[in-house]
Amino acid sequence: MWLRISAIVMRFFFLHRRSVARVMEIFFWPVMNLLVWGFVTSFLQELALPKTVLFLIGSVILWDVLYRSQQGITLAITEEFWVKNIINIFISPISVAELLGAICIVGIIKSLVTTIFLALLAFFLYSFNLMETGPGLVLFLGNLLLFGWAVGLFTMALIFRYGRAGEALIWGVPFLIQPVSAVFYPVGVLPLWLQKVAWLLPSTYVFEGMRQVLATGVTDMFKLGVSFGLNMVYLLLGSLYFGWMLRRVREMGYLSRMHLE
Amino acid sequence: METGSAAPITEVSRLCKRFGTVTALDSLSFRVCRGEILGILGPNGAGKTTAIHCMLGLVTPSGGSIRIMGLDIARHRRQILQRVNFSSAYTALPANLTVYENLVVFARLYGRKDAREEIARLLELFEIEDSAGRLTGSLSSGQQTRLNLCKAFLNDPEILFLDEPTASLDPDIAAKVRTRLHELQLERGITTIYTSHNMREVEEMCDRVIFLAKGRIVMQGSPAAIIAQSKSRSLEDLFIVIARNGHLYEAVDDREAEPCGSE
Repeated sequence: MWLRISAIVMRFFFLHRRSVARVMEIFFWPVMNLLVWGFVTSFLQELALPKTVLFLIGSVILWDVLYRSQQGITLAITEEFWVKNIINIFISPISVAELLGAICIVGIIKSLVTTIFLALLAFFLYSFNLMETGPGLVLFLGNLLLFGWAVGLFTMALIFRYGRAGEALIWGVPFLIQPVSAVFYPVGVLPLWLQKVAWLLPSTYVFEGMRQVLATGVTDMFKLGVSFGLNMVYLLLGSLYFGWMLRRVREMGYLSRMHLE
Repeated sequence: METGSAAPITEVSRLCKRFGTVTALDSLSFRVCRGEILGILGPNGAGKTTAIHCMLGLVTPSGGSIRIMGLDIARHRRQILQRVNFSSAYTALPANLTVYENLVVFARLYGRKDAREEIARLLELFEIEDSAGRLTGSLSSGQQTRLNLCKAFLNDPEILFLDEPTASLDPDIAAKVRTRLHELQLERGITTIYTSHNMREVEEMCDRVIFLAKGRIVMQGSPAAIIAQSKSRSLEDLFIVIARNGHLYEAVDDREAEPCGSE
């Protein structure tokens, strides 16, 4: 099992070590995002707004974790269609669970590298210390990774079903979640009906929790617990849906035709 | 042909596949003997690739059964996939990995941790050893096809599925590849299931062929036997007749042919 998982991890390592575009994906875009929001934050601080406005920088860093983990699953598999390798993978003895496990390991490594880099940059440029979120930081990151994977499973299932036509979902779905997750503002500013939807998303608890830690220094373990519980539900549903869709695409013959699209 | 064992290594029974209203495979039954090279022939849309993809577990049949090495593909897909391999002119290995990196990754996928010697041997056998450090995307289509074949031999498969393996090769390289495939097949006793639109190649490579038309087997036997039986001048002539008039032929159950193990 580990040998097959290591094969997929190695494949990603080989891909990244000579691709400038892929290294940019890990560093360049997140850094650009951080710079924009960092300067916005600096400007707001000049207006003598409370120090808690720094949460914007924290939001940028944490949002990137969710975004990258969703992208990790979807892009890893979609890329196999693009390079016509999907059949070679699916006729090898690797199981779907092993394939997803390997992709998750790669996702964790990429997220850690990006988060540490952004956190250091934010500290030196804007005096924002991500560690101020306390021991809950690991739980924040973990919950966002889990939710990104759950969303990635749903997205990937739809791409299996709709092929190339579904690929826009890879980039579209995270931005459907972002406004509802109250990433850059408190959930209270949302319309009442949308707040009810927001509390169904594990990410909302994380961003609310992060703002609370920065404002009061208290980590709300209850919120993190609810977020984890919701993540377990979504991961279970995502896995079932992904598995069901994979069986359907085998029945419909899509899996063997995807590389021809 | 030395089939070696009386039990067929692959047995396909009443295999059906429907895609909506289209019937791709219509109660297909055939068996493959150990060590045999079976050609699956037929015009485009006859069901060749669908049949192979059903045998590899990429497509779930609508009915019937497939037993490979005594195991049902529906229940033992991964055990079977560990012992078979596939190469097609229509699939590719990742272009942005080097030849060597691709083979290392696939060797691990098939459970081989240290495959350096095997990789070197296969690269040499298919005459692409000088390209080991090159990016796969920079290879010519002929070199990529040979790389696909290297991948297909990494796990020392008992059954090899080759879907038009020489489609993109010039005649000289195609002839070399056929020679290598034949050598490997004899050396390792690999059972091979082969599709090609090159009928001369099929005559040269295959012990036996089954002709498909509209998802049914309409003719089976050794290339020489079916040429004689159909009073055609060549397999190519017979192919054209079947491609144009396949619907006029009766379906054949290939399992009625001589049992495995008979000379």
